[in-house]
Amino acid sequence: MSIQVKFFASMRERVGKPEALVDAKDADLTALKVWQQATGQETLESNVLIAVNMEYVDKDQQVVDGDEVAFFPPVTGG
Amino acid sequence: MHIEVTDKTIDAWSVIKEYENSHPELAGAHGANVVFLGRMRDFNESESVSEMELEHYPGMTEKFLDGIAKQAMQQWDILDVLLVHRVGQIKLADTIVLVTVWAAHRAHAYEANQFIMEALKSKAPFWKKETLTDGNTRWVEKNTPGKVQS
Repeated sequence: MSIQVKFFASMRERVGKPEALVDAKDADLTALKVWQQATGQETLESNVLIAVNMEYVDKDQQVVDGDEVAFFPPVTGG
Repeated sequence: MHIEVTDKTIDAWSVIKEYENSHPELAGAHGANVVFLGRMRDFNESESVSEMELEHYPGMTEKFLDGIAKQAMQQWDILDVLLVHRVGQIKLADTIVLVTVWAAHRAHAYEANQFIMEALKSKAPFWKKETLTDGNTRWVEKNTPGKVQS
């Protein structure tokens, strides 16, 4: 029963780890709650991008057991 | 259609030639081949840059690029798309990204190519970390505009 959490680029350096596991026993879990549990930080800045199972979502997206949730800064490829 | 994320040097013209050789159906069918190459500059935000590291989100990056290439194939009258993006350590003048679109006529090829590049720049999960000539490193925080500013 867990959610796999990933952090990339400057977000990984800010959080201080590339990955975390969050317990999925909370039935009403959202991406924001996953962020709070994984980092211990209350607020999630509006420019942080969130993906659940590799698809973009907003912070209120429902998250369930087995999901992969990623948090990362604005992208700069190309 | 081919999408690739690679940590190896991209020899753009060889990649295009090889792709065309392995897709003989394109010969004769296309009258336009629009190629965009993104290359590494030696300056950014008025500072001198010596090298760069490109990070990505393995899995999501490929999925996203595949999605925008498929969307371009549906939205414009084009024949094929080849997209190769570099990750890892990048040196000055290296090709970072190659987007090639084949179409019967240029209008659709140009537009589809620009659509793919703009979607990639704004949403594909890649991040650049620059090393400046003084040895300091910094994450790139924003992209330059894709349209000419009037």
